[in-house]
Amino acid sequence: MMTETTTDRVGTGALARSVEPGSTNATYTLSELMVCAAARDIKDGDLVFVGMRLPLIAFVVAKKTHAPSAIGLFENGVIRSTAAPELIYTMADPPNILGATQCLDMLSVMGLLQSGRVDLGFLGAAEVDRFGNLNSTQVNGAGTIRLPGSGGACDIASLAHRFVVLLDHKKERLPERVSFMTSPGFGDGQGWRKKVGLPRGGPSAVITTKTVLRFGDDGEAYADSVHPGIELEDVLSNTGWKLQLGKTVPQTPEPSPEELQAIREYDKEGFWTS
Amino acid sequence: MSKLLSMREAIADLVPDGCSVAMGLQMEQMIPFAAGHEIIRQKKRNLTLIGPISDILFDQLIGAGCVEQVIAAWVGNVMMGSAYNFRRAVEQDGMKVFNMTNFTIALALQAGAMGVPFLPTKTALGSDTAKGNHFFYQIFSPFAPTESLWAVRALNPDVTIVHVQRADSEGNAHCWGNFGVMLEGVRAAKRVIVVAEEIVDPEVIASDANRTVIPGFLVNAVVECPYGAHPSPVQGYYNRDNDFFREYHEQTKTKTGSDAWLDRWVYGVPDHEAYSDQLGADRVEALGVKQHAYAAQADFGY
Repeated sequence: MMTETTTDRVGTGALARSVEPGSTNATYTLSELMVCAAARDIKDGDLVFVGMRLPLIAFVVAKKTHAPSAIGLFENGVIRSTAAPELIYTMADPPNILGATQCLDMLSVMGLLQSGRVDLGFLGAAEVDRFGNLNSTQVNGAGTIRLPGSGGACDIASLAHRFVVLLDHKKERLPERVSFMTSPGFGDGQGWRKKVGLPRGGPSAVITTKTVLRFGDDGEAYADSVHPGIELEDVLSNTGWKLQLGKTVPQTPEPSPEELQAIREYDKEGFWTS
Repeated sequence: MSKLLSMREAIADLVPDGCSVAMGLQMEQMIPFAAGHEIIRQKKRNLTLIGPISDILFDQLIGAGCVEQVIAAWVGNVMMGSAYNFRRAVEQDGMKVFNMTNFTIALALQAGAMGVPFLPTKTALGSDTAKGNHFFYQIFSPFAPTESLWAVRALNPDVTIVHVQRADSEGNAHCWGNFGVMLEGVRAAKRVIVVAEEIVDPEVIASDANRTVIPGFLVNAVVECPYGAHPSPVQGYYNRDNDFFREYHEQTKTKTGSDAWLDRWVYGVPDHEAYSDQLGADRVEALGVKQHAYAAQADFGY
């Protein structure tokens, strides 16, 4: 059942926190694995709409490892070339302001997004469907469950060159079709974004607690890798449609020692990643 | 002419029943909680709330029965997830919500600020957010007729309430840190209340005109209210009270719990000074700035 934890603006939040990885002798948490998968989607020099929760940590990891020149943007108007000096819980926490590259207003950063300067954005959602469309507004089932809403998610999904979603992998959260399309993915498939007038973009990955989904030219999701200790059958039976598979479906790479060190130096008490 | 009023006077004078109120425009910083609590104490009714994200302030006003409808991109508890009064109001009582996105609420306020009926955008094309929502209307570019756009309807709040670091008694205000949609929200409003941590001499404000984000002629009332944004942070003054947001989340899961929370933190204290006393000196002290970080001076001389 959808509860408050499914309603994050970005990131997977509390749901991922208590989940242990499938491996019995795990030396990292599932959240840490997801953070590292997200970090690897940041290329050096990318302009990234960072968001909060796990993607925030992914930005820190990417900056400290393979993408030192990545730049982070936040909807409140903050642009940063360095990670905030200490762990933050919202994008407007004082440490995220101190030492910022620029600190102005929302229209300025949204203008950069609309004009095509932003490479990547991270999003969370209550539901993600077969074509990477996201719902964070309301779930219509037996009764309506009201979620907090788009925030900037719809804007990022509409206007960034690509976006990455983090999601708790449950069958009801991966329906064939979202009950409300807050943030557009590939709509109903190839050509949809162009048809409705979106200038670019679309999902490049959905990182769940079981798998990493990517998207074919037809706009449909396929399993690209499965996390260590997770059976492919588990992924398939917990997805709300007949999930396509990549040519091969390898194991999602485990976090490196350098990546784990970067995570733990930042989220010292494991608020987001334990 | 001084526009200094007490919070009680400012809310009584400028926030009538049935009006639209824009608040929480600086996102998670400088949310005018003290003003919101005074609105609750004065039992204002049938308000339209306007804001990008509100953190828990909108949830409190909804729980207190002040709100008829909401025009917002996101209503919840930023670090914790859902806001329960908002959920109950929508799921059980059918409260009207105009679903916006952060960008489109900024554009709606900017259109209002500029005196034009709409501004165009490419965001949210194909999104259900725009369906049945009178803030969105499909248009085509007059310069490239195949180019589809949303016209986002202008929004002019009856009153905008903002919290800043310092202002003079005429309402000229300095603010630093992230602005969110404050600039548009102030310019679009019919009336403006500035709540300030400190009231300073006009010379202080005039010494750095680049930091004067609100010119006093737009302002109707100035309220001095130290710690008036608690539990949200004010850059250079105090930090975010994360525990307060956690506790709110735990304590408002039921209507009964929410009523008890309002009794304790709003109805049970006559004003913000009493609220701060209830927080306690230790808690207030713990939120204080640990290490000051002053900007370099700017020379305006000639």
